[in-house]
Amino acid sequence: MTAESPLEVRNLSKAFGERRALDGVSLDLAPGEILGLLGPNGAGKTTLVRSVAGRVVPEGGSLRILGFDAGDDRARTVRGWVPQEIALYPLLSPRENLWTFGRYQGLMGAALEAGIASSLDWVGLADRANDKTDTLSGGMKRRLNITAGTIHGPRVLLLDEPTVGVDPQSRERIYAMIGELKSRGVSLLYTTHYMEEAERLCDRIAIIDHGKIIASGTKDELVRQTLGTREALTIDAGAPIPPGLKEKLLRRGATVDGTKMQLSVDNPAEQIRELLELFHSDGVPVRDLTLKSATLEQVFLQRTGRELRE
Amino acid sequence: MSMILAVAKNRLMNLRRDRAAFVLAFVLPVAFFSIFAAIFAGSGRSATRKVAVIAVDEDGSAGSRRFVEGLKAEAGLSVGLKPGDEKDAAGPLYTAAAAEAAVRKGEVPVALIIPKGFGANPIAFGPSADRPQLSILADSSDPVAPQVLAGLVQKVAMTSMPAALARSGMAEVDKWSGGLTAEQKARMDASLAALDRESAPSAQSTPKAGGDAGGGLVAVAVRDVIGEKKKNPTVAFYAAGFGVMFLLFSAAGAGGALIEEAESGTLDRILSTRVSMTRLLLGKLLYLTGIGVAQLTLMFTWGAIFFGVELASHLPGFLIMTLATALASSAFGLLLASICRSRMQLVALSNLSILMMSALGGSMFPRFLMPEKMQRFGLITLNAWAIDGFQKIFWREEPLWSIWPQVLVLGSLGILFFVLARRFARRWETS
Repeated sequence: MTAESPLEVRNLSKAFGERRALDGVSLDLAPGEILGLLGPNGAGKTTLVRSVAGRVVPEGGSLRILGFDAGDDRARTVRGWVPQEIALYPLLSPRENLWTFGRYQGLMGAALEAGIASSLDWVGLADRANDKTDTLSGGMKRRLNITAGTIHGPRVLLLDEPTVGVDPQSRERIYAMIGELKSRGVSLLYTTHYMEEAERLCDRIAIIDHGKIIASGTKDELVRQTLGTREALTIDAGAPIPPGLKEKLLRRGATVDGTKMQLSVDNPAEQIRELLELFHSDGVPVRDLTLKSATLEQVFLQRTGRELRE
Repeated sequence: MSMILAVAKNRLMNLRRDRAAFVLAFVLPVAFFSIFAAIFAGSGRSATRKVAVIAVDEDGSAGSRRFVEGLKAEAGLSVGLKPGDEKDAAGPLYTAAAAEAAVRKGEVPVALIIPKGFGANPIAFGPSADRPQLSILADSSDPVAPQVLAGLVQKVAMTSMPAALARSGMAEVDKWSGGLTAEQKARMDASLAALDRESAPSAQSTPKAGGDAGGGLVAVAVRDVIGEKKKNPTVAFYAAGFGVMFLLFSAAGAGGALIEEAESGTLDRILSTRVSMTRLLLGKLLYLTGIGVAQLTLMFTWGAIFFGVELASHLPGFLIMTLATALASSAFGLLLASICRSRMQLVALSNLSILMMSALGGSMFPRFLMPEKMQRFGLITLNAWAIDGFQKIFWREEPLWSIWPQVLVLGSLGILFFVLARRFARRWETS
C-alpha cells in the first residue's frame, strides 16, 4: 500500500489492564471500498474503530489515514466517524447540530452553509431542519447521526452499527445513503451485528476475535477458506425415517433427526440423485428437499465458535 | 401491610445504592448545621464573637487611662490601641484619623475617640452641652457593634465612677465641711436623684447612628463613617452574596453539560473532530463566564432600579469584580463537572460544596458578624474574596486599585480550577 491508502493498519496492539483488546491487527482499506468488520462482543471491534477515530492510542503498531497519523489534524479532516450512539444535541435542531459539527470540523461561512443544506437534503430532513432533534423519529435521528459525521466530506468514514434499532424502511434508506457514499469514492469501515447487512453492503469482510483478525476477504473467499465448497442438503420425509433407511443414511455421514436427514455435500447433483434413489428403494416418500450454500453466519460460527449476537 | 413494608424496604435499598441521595439526605444537613453552629454559637467561649474596637485616648489623663483599661477588661470587646504590635510599649498609638480610616477599610467595625478633658469631667448629669462627648465611629453595615460598644462604655463609666461613689463623697463633704446648707443639700439631692434616673436601665437611651447618645451617664455620639449616605446599606452586600452563590450553582449546572456529552457519546464525537479537550474546556469556560457576567449584571441592575444599589457610579469596579468572580465560579463549575462521574454525583457534590462555601464565605450571613476564627477560615472560599471585593467597591467606596488582592485571588483560583479541571478531564480523552 502507498502512503495514499485510505486506511493502513499494521500490527496494532492495545491492552486495557490484563485484557489484550488488540493483538497485532493489520488491515487495509482501498479507495471506495466498504470493509465490514465482524466480531463477537468484546472481540476488539470497538477498540479498533476508536483507534482509527483517534480516540484510543495504540501501544504498538502503526495506523495511517491517507498517510496521516490518526491523531494528526489532517487525519481529522479526511476522516469521519459515525458513532453507534445518537451523539447529537437533543435540544438543538438538525440544522443547529449540523452547524455545530460542521464548525467543529473546521467548516466556515459559505462552505458551512452549503454543507448544512446539502446534508439536510441528503438525509431528507430539510422540512424538519428547525424542529428539535429529540422530536424526530428513530430513523431520522440515525440519518442525522450519519450526516453529522459526513458534513465535512470525509474520504474515510467509520460507521459503527449505523442501523441499530431502525425499522426496515429506514434501514433501506440508510443502505441507499451508504451506496451513495461509496459511489462518491468514500472508503468505509463498517461494523455491524447483522450478517445479511455485511453480505449485502460490504466488498470485503474482516472477522476479528480476541483482538486478532482471524479471517478476511470477500464473502465467497471466506466461505471457501472456511467451509470449502460444500453445501448443506436437507431431506424431509414428512414422517419418521424408518431404522433401515436411517442406518444407510448414517453410513453415508448424514445426521438423522426424526423426519429429517442432513448431509454436507460437495457434488450436489450426483449425491442428490443417489439419496433420492435410496429413499425410493426403501419406499419412503420425500416431502421436501433443500440445498443451501454456506452462509457467513456459518463461517462466523466456524471461525469464532460463537454466534455473532452472543 | 407487608406490601407497604416491601415498598419502604425497596426505597431503602435504592437509597443505599444512591450515594448522591445519601449525601444530600444525611451528610449535607449535618455539615450545614455544623457550619452555622460554629458561626452563631461557637464550640467554646473562644469562638464567641468579640467586638473589635480601636480606642483613641486623646485625653491621656489618669481617668481616661483607667476608663480604657476598664474597656480592655470587658469580655465582649477586643480593644486595639496601636496600629502595630499591641505589646510594643514604644509603638505609636492610633490617631482619630487613622482609626476612622481603619473603620472605613473594614478592619474594625467601630472606633472610640476619647476627647480631651474626659478624665477630669467624665460624668455630667443631663444632656448638658458642656460635658466632653465620646465619639463612636461606626460602619453601618454592622449595626450590632456600636450598640455593644455604647452599652459597655456606660457600664465601664459606671464601674469607674458610680453614683454610690458620688453619694459617699458628698457625705464626706457634708461631715467634714461642717454641714451643707439646706439649699446645697437640696441641690445635691436633686443631682443624685438625677444620677439615679440616669442610671436606671429604663432611662438608658439607645444610641442611634449619627445621633447624640446624650441620655446616658457618659455622653456618646455615634457617627457612621461608612454608609451614612447609602439609601439601602446592606443591599449591595446581598446582591454580591447571593449573586456569587447562584453563579456557582448555575456554573456547576451548566458544567454538567460535559457529563451529558460524555454519557451520550457526543463528547467522543467532538474529540474526534478538530476540537481538542483544551479547546472544548476553554470554549465552555468562555460561555460560562459570559453567562456569569450577565447574571451578576442583571442582579445589580435590578438592585440599582429597585433597591438603590449605586451601580452607575461604581461601574468600572463592578465590571472588574464581576469578571473575576464569574471566571472563578465558571472554572469551579467545570472542575466539579470534570470530577463527577454522573449528573447525580454532580448534584450532590455541587450542593454540598456550594452551600458550605456560601455559608463559610459569607453569602448567607455576613462574615464580619462571624467570630474572628470563622472570618479567617472563610477566606478559603471564593465567595469570601468575591464579596469582599464587591464590598470594597460598593460599601467602602475604596479606590479601584484597592481590589487587587481580591482580583488576584479570584483570577488565580480561576486558573487553578481550570488547570485541575483539565487534568481531571484527561479520563475522557484518548485511552
